[in-house]
Amino acid sequence: MSLRCRRGLVRPAAVATLAFAVGCEREQRAFRATPPSPVEQGLQAGDLRAGPPGTAAAAPERLTPERVDVETRPGRDDLAPRPTPGQLSDQPRLAADGSGRAEAPFQANRWAVAEGKRLYEWFNCAGCHAPGGGGGMGPSFMDAQWRYGDAAPSVFASIVEGRPQGMPSFRERLHSGDVWKLVAYVRTLGRLTPKDVWPARGDEMAELQLEGPRSRSSGPASAAEPASQPELTP
Amino acid sequence: MPAKDYASTRYSGLTEINVTNVASLAVAWQWPTGRMPGHEAPPLVIGSVLYFVTPFPNELFALELASAQPTVKWHYAPPVLMGAAGVACCDQVNRGIVYDGGRIFFNTLDNQTIAVDAESGAEIWRVRLGDINRGETMTMAPLVVKGKVLVGNSGGELGVRGWLTALDAASGEIAWRAFSTGPDADVLIGPDYDPHYEQERGTDLGVTSWPGEAWRIGGGTVWGWLSYDPELDLVYYGTSNPGPWNPDVRPGDNKWTSGIFARDPDTGFARWFYQLSPHDTFDYDGVNENVLIEREIAGRMRRVLLHPDRNGYIYEIDRASGEVLAAKPYVHITTSTGVDLATGRLQHAPEKSPELGKVIRDICPSAAGGKDWQPSSYSPRTRLLYIPHQNLCTDWEVTGVNYIAGTPYLGVNSTMYAGPGGHRGELTAWDPESGAPVWRLTERFPVWSGTLVTAGDVVFYGTMDRRFKAVDARTGEHLWEHETSSGIVGQPIAYRGPDGKQYVAVFAGVGGWAGAIVSQGLSPEDPTAGGGFVGAMQDLPQYTGAGGELYVFALP
Repeated sequence: MSLRCRRGLVRPAAVATLAFAVGCEREQRAFRATPPSPVEQGLQAGDLRAGPPGTAAAAPERLTPERVDVETRPGRDDLAPRPTPGQLSDQPRLAADGSGRAEAPFQANRWAVAEGKRLYEWFNCAGCHAPGGGGGMGPSFMDAQWRYGDAAPSVFASIVEGRPQGMPSFRERLHSGDVWKLVAYVRTLGRLTPKDVWPARGDEMAELQLEGPRSRSSGPASAAEPASQPELTP
Repeated sequence: MPAKDYASTRYSGLTEINVTNVASLAVAWQWPTGRMPGHEAPPLVIGSVLYFVTPFPNELFALELASAQPTVKWHYAPPVLMGAAGVACCDQVNRGIVYDGGRIFFNTLDNQTIAVDAESGAEIWRVRLGDINRGETMTMAPLVVKGKVLVGNSGGELGVRGWLTALDAASGEIAWRAFSTGPDADVLIGPDYDPHYEQERGTDLGVTSWPGEAWRIGGGTVWGWLSYDPELDLVYYGTSNPGPWNPDVRPGDNKWTSGIFARDPDTGFARWFYQLSPHDTFDYDGVNENVLIEREIAGRMRRVLLHPDRNGYIYEIDRASGEVLAAKPYVHITTSTGVDLATGRLQHAPEKSPELGKVIRDICPSAAGGKDWQPSSYSPRTRLLYIPHQNLCTDWEVTGVNYIAGTPYLGVNSTMYAGPGGHRGELTAWDPESGAPVWRLTERFPVWSGTLVTAGDVVFYGTMDRRFKAVDARTGEHLWEHETSSGIVGQPIAYRGPDGKQYVAVFAGVGGWAGAIVSQGLSPEDPTAGGGFVGAMQDLPQYTGAGGELYVFALP
């Protein structure tokens, strides 16, 4: 156990203790992989707007308001072609398209995404980015605005290195495999992974649907004008 | 000072703008700040100069009002750590500056307290009092008492250990620091400590009312308001919620969180303490304002403080002894059944007691409380307290929690929604005499601005859907409103300009915890976002964008 582990100040409920213990164990493991940089992945500056990397006269990217059908979008080099099913390695591997580019691991792996969801709570991502990923102290993962880009290596770098506006570095807390699982999960929140790896929603707060503001005590809030009239009490 | 006077009344004696003519109030001038987080601070007018601090990165401006159009007299931009933005729990706000003896004092989000020469804008001293890497920030408005600048920290949502610190106004050196948790020596509890209730007596309660060493990361930050009674020579302030929100990991009363301290400003030593929410389970900070008034009770003049708390009760407390004279609900409450005035103890409702892994629904008031930081005002003419507040409830699920320095220490998933009636905000005129509201206005969104009441018997407040309003202090009748460029979460003030006319000023610029969905761009699709507040504010982006602009109004 590292010093940090022994200094654990609270003995919370079993789940959290387990999380802590597992987290400590992981800290002993070597940090195994450097993330593939965008350059290693063959991305050029122009690729950020144009079609598949390496194609000279790429077709303009089709911009759609909904980003659900990412599998059909051109230019998502870490998504298409799909990784072979059951890929479990956390090491970057060569893309299956024969381009010689590295491919971020786990981005289309259902088990890894589910693991990422668990890690998202254990390592307190939920504290800043909200349990549902809508943001709080940290930015939302659900909108289309990614401060450092939505590519898997950028998200990996944010988690490992931290970012200047307050994102802490998790280099000392997570090994690279778990970082990739988190990358897969937070990109899932942004609908950037294939739909068939998305995890089920958490059921506990199941009433949290898109109902808009509501008042359980008096039925749904009326959209009518607020009654800004003095309410006089006798 | 930000609350107008040591008693924190926010009452202006100016009468030029009054109930008979406020309907013709018009914009005199506007001034953009260029910053987009929530603008919670009031401007401050000293002589012919208007001073204000922007939200992070906390630039200080002095505008000369003597000329035909306001001009920048000076501008001071402190060197700040930009990483502070990422450890601020509830938008990157600042709640104001204070003037004393030719100097402006203010705090920065990255834990600096700074003294600036009011005439020249030159920095006099600058000290750093906390560490953003441990989740500490500073957002509160200081108070200067007897040559000491009193400041407190924020970060009760990040396992920060709270304190109030007194700095020598001349040098910036620390005169004393009183922690809100830990041994009596750290909390500055000594022989003069004489609380009214048994529950506040004992040795080192700041340690023994916690498991193990949990007090070291136990919250109790001091991010709200300070009041001062010069005759009793006591400073009053509240402490924040205990950390983490998950109550299972901190059995005990968790002293000295969610309560009110009375302290000697010279030494810092505590005179009394009263815990509003022992073993708080719903983020009911005790930091709200303490308005000091004198009132005849049962034939005796009593010095009392009025404290509308997050937990939903308005407390009337004898400010010499700490005895609770009354505690009446001012909002819908399901989490407790009352306050036992004999023991001082809040009576928790057992059916709302949080449990690990279980969602408790219909918790009222929500974590934002019956009222949050937004300060009330009190008029000696009407003898009413004008309380801006919200009407919100919450669903609350306790989860496992793991302390990682510099990140939130919560252990709760939650979401908020409107309370009974469906509206989310209220302005209540409260009569301490009868212990009941005299009138009450409802608003679509939480009334997250402060209120100002004047001798013209007008109450001013702003709404998050971009309205600055004036109502009759006696009846609540709507008298006037003006549409602003962004929602209002600031603190209105009234001042007499160099031309002798009365002006009313307020910042527009939506934000803060309630408005973070707009100012921080949170996703309305996720009702758990922004500490659960987004659940209640999903439609705010339809009413306002982010902004930052000072509005100054006058009669034509």
